[in-house]
Amino acid sequence: MPSGAGAGAGAGAGAGAGAGNGAGLDGVGLDGARERWVRTGGIELCVAELGDPARPTVLLVHGYPDSKEVWSEVARGLADRFHVVLYDVRGCGRSTAPKPLRGGFTLEKLTDDFLAVADAVSPDRPVHLVGHDWGSVQAWEFATVQRTEGRIASFTSMSGPSLDHFGHWIKKRMARPTPRRAAQLLNQSAKSWYVYMLHTPVLPELAWKGPLGKRWPQILQRMEKMPEGDYPTASLPTDAAHGAWLYRDNVLPRLRRPRADAYAHCPVQLITPTGDAFLSQRLYDDLEQWAPQLVRRTLPAKHWVPRTRPDQLVAWIGEFVTAKEEGDPAKQVVASGPHADRFGGQLVLVTGAAGGIGRATAFAFAEAGARVIAVDRDAEGAARTAEMSRLIGAPQAWAEVVDVSDEAAMEKLADRIDAEYGTVDVLVNNAGIGLSGAFLQTSAEDWKKVLDVNLWGVIHGCRIFGTRMARRGQGGHIVNIASAAAFQPSRVLPAYSTSKAAVLMLSECLRAELAGQGIGVSAICPGLVNTGITTTARFTGVSAEEEKRRQAKAARMYRLRNYPPEKVADAILRAVVRNQAVVPVTPEARGAHLMSRFTPRALRALARFEPRL
Amino acid sequence: MASVTSATSPRAGELTAGPELTAGLRGFREVQRLAYACAEAVAAQLKPGVTERTAARMQREWLRERGVRDWFHLPFAWFGDRTAFVNFRVPLQFFPTHRELEPGMAFILDMAPVYQGFTADIGYSGCLGLNPVHDRLLADLEAHRELILREVRERRPLREIYEDVDRLMARQGYANRHRAYPFGVIAHKIDRVRQRRWSPTLFGFGTQALKGLASDALHGHRDGWSPLWSPYTFSDHPPQPGLWAVEPHLGFRGTGAKFEEILVVTDSKDPQESAFWLDDDLPHVRRWQEEKAA
Repeated sequence: MPSGAGAGAGAGAGAGAGAGNGAGLDGVGLDGARERWVRTGGIELCVAELGDPARPTVLLVHGYPDSKEVWSEVARGLADRFHVVLYDVRGCGRSTAPKPLRGGFTLEKLTDDFLAVADAVSPDRPVHLVGHDWGSVQAWEFATVQRTEGRIASFTSMSGPSLDHFGHWIKKRMARPTPRRAAQLLNQSAKSWYVYMLHTPVLPELAWKGPLGKRWPQILQRMEKMPEGDYPTASLPTDAAHGAWLYRDNVLPRLRRPRADAYAHCPVQLITPTGDAFLSQRLYDDLEQWAPQLVRRTLPAKHWVPRTRPDQLVAWIGEFVTAKEEGDPAKQVVASGPHADRFGGQLVLVTGAAGGIGRATAFAFAEAGARVIAVDRDAEGAARTAEMSRLIGAPQAWAEVVDVSDEAAMEKLADRIDAEYGTVDVLVNNAGIGLSGAFLQTSAEDWKKVLDVNLWGVIHGCRIFGTRMARRGQGGHIVNIASAAAFQPSRVLPAYSTSKAAVLMLSECLRAELAGQGIGVSAICPGLVNTGITTTARFTGVSAEEEKRRQAKAARMYRLRNYPPEKVADAILRAVVRNQAVVPVTPEARGAHLMSRFTPRALRALARFEPRL
Repeated sequence: MASVTSATSPRAGELTAGPELTAGLRGFREVQRLAYACAEAVAAQLKPGVTERTAARMQREWLRERGVRDWFHLPFAWFGDRTAFVNFRVPLQFFPTHRELEPGMAFILDMAPVYQGFTADIGYSGCLGLNPVHDRLLADLEAHRELILREVRERRPLREIYEDVDRLMARQGYANRHRAYPFGVIAHKIDRVRQRRWSPTLFGFGTQALKGLASDALHGHRDGWSPLWSPYTFSDHPPQPGLWAVEPHLGFRGTGAKFEEILVVTDSKDPQESAFWLDDDLPHVRRWQEEKAA
């Protein structure tokens, strides 16, 4: 990596910029970053740079009460592809504060700061802006005022709306408060409690410099499940005290008189964390009218996504910036399928993906723009699934040949995937086989075969990939395909039902265990679905010929029922988005699920019935 | 095996393979070529904003100008996800709608003109601009054309061949959309049609052609065969000599593709002559050959 002084020399020519090497000044900062100070309007801003300055510049702006170190993970992730620049907003971190504080934090002055930094680090190319929280609120100002036109190539916004858009949002709801709009208004005003608090004089400062500042790291860890690391920095109490003026100088004036011309002059990517305690998702409902080229992303996470979901942010920012740099209009950033905002660019692994529900699920994720790994014993079928996935929207798709019941092979697969493609975001344990026949006619061998695939396959998948998911600590989701047979006893499917009931229970236990780590677990119980499972299902205690006849008959029955696997795939995506625990899919599965809860005796009576096959 | 007895169908002797087609087969080939020429001409004129109804009318007018007066069925046009028959429940949905063509959209033109007493029923798949999914579907149809011919020559029951086509589609990752056709047919018999001065249509089908099909169904019912090639037991018989308009139809998540052309089945003992595609010089076949050459 080039040294700080060398890299700063060319770029430092911008007006008002002074280069300096700040390494070791007071011990904070990012490893390997080149630091310099940019002077603007009587303030000195501490600017850190990573990566090759010849590459496109990505400028990260932090929020409240943060300093630039909130971005450290994201910055490191982006540094190998881009010229990454971070700066401490005035009054925060190692930047100096305006005097007096009142009136020193207006959006106009923050825009001056941004322009000074942008001129210093990237004098002749527009920069790609990324803002979180107040960083995003500021960046909305930068992206919508006239004097920055041509200086911003793209803008990624997270957890920080434009105050002007917010003002219009409130006005619209106040002017015609339908019940829904009134509810939205009430919801957001409840979430904004801290904004009112920050408007009281002196008290917030005292709190931050006193007990709140001391407790803040633990509060963050508990409330946000924030991993430990180099954040928050020691400057937190002063950052937070100074930052209160961001609210006092801007919020009321802007909400009272929002600008009418706050249109973004660059493409915008909006990342919305679904669990944000401070901002309602509804705030962005009308955003298309302000930002013409809008790409929406949703992330199941809380407020501090730069700390809790850095990998996902790196992927999305990288993809967005690259697409804008290449300027290829044919290349769509977001796929067009349902839930593309949620799964775009994620890594999804589906077992049993050579046909039926597995294949349909792989396709549904592909349409949502996910990267797909199709796993199956059938190499040709898996390859076909991967190939077709690429055609319909998966940016990348691979086929892997593995028997899910083979633990060593699964371990090897997981290692390879980790090394080559990264950690799996969504795991779908779908592979399964059918077995029908009375309990007393089911041999130990038959039992073993069914449990090996249906139960051990799921155990291996959950254990091996779940471990990696938990170790990364950035959330994820595991989907296990159980069956309506899991809660519906039957005299003809003892082994199959047992394996599926075990899958259902293991999913619910695992769900409880992983809930604290942002990893969801869903058990899907499809019911009778028209797939190939009937033609490969084994029938015990009958001749080969009779088995063949019964397979054909069962296949015919399933075909007549004709419930398409695509609908199960839709239910799977929905279950992941909503983090549902148990999802019976077909009407008969839903009926059986209800009966298992309210009339179990009737269900037991039904179990005695032997269907004629 | 029952030989062809219907007065309007080509005589058994007319059904021979080889470069020298009999006059009867030449007539069928001519009208099939005419229909494909119409499809290509209309496809070339399609642009964004054209509706299915306009496309259907363009086909009708093109053929009318060239002497077509009667139809097995009137021309259809399907655009976008209608090519995959998404949410098709009732037969009325087959008829052209006001759906407009957009860049990148797949389309299917399907027509069955009667010309000088000969019928053809063709399906032409295309797309406006780039559509990699559609290209893939069209390429994958080749395997179905080969499979159908091979198994017909083996004299396998039609129902079995139907199921094999379905299985191949499932392996390829597709849904069989021919199941959405009336009676789920993948093919139906076609014959000569007596020319009348007045040739009315009924729900889009030519009454003369329907009469032929009905009489075939009646004869076939007595002899244990059906002029419809379906997944049901009434198609559980070996291929019946005559001309079959075969239309395997693939669907894949909102995109569909098919071809439809005439398969000649004879009662010859020679496998080569027992069944053959009437014409190998058709747009989709040429396309596969060009792809192979490239």
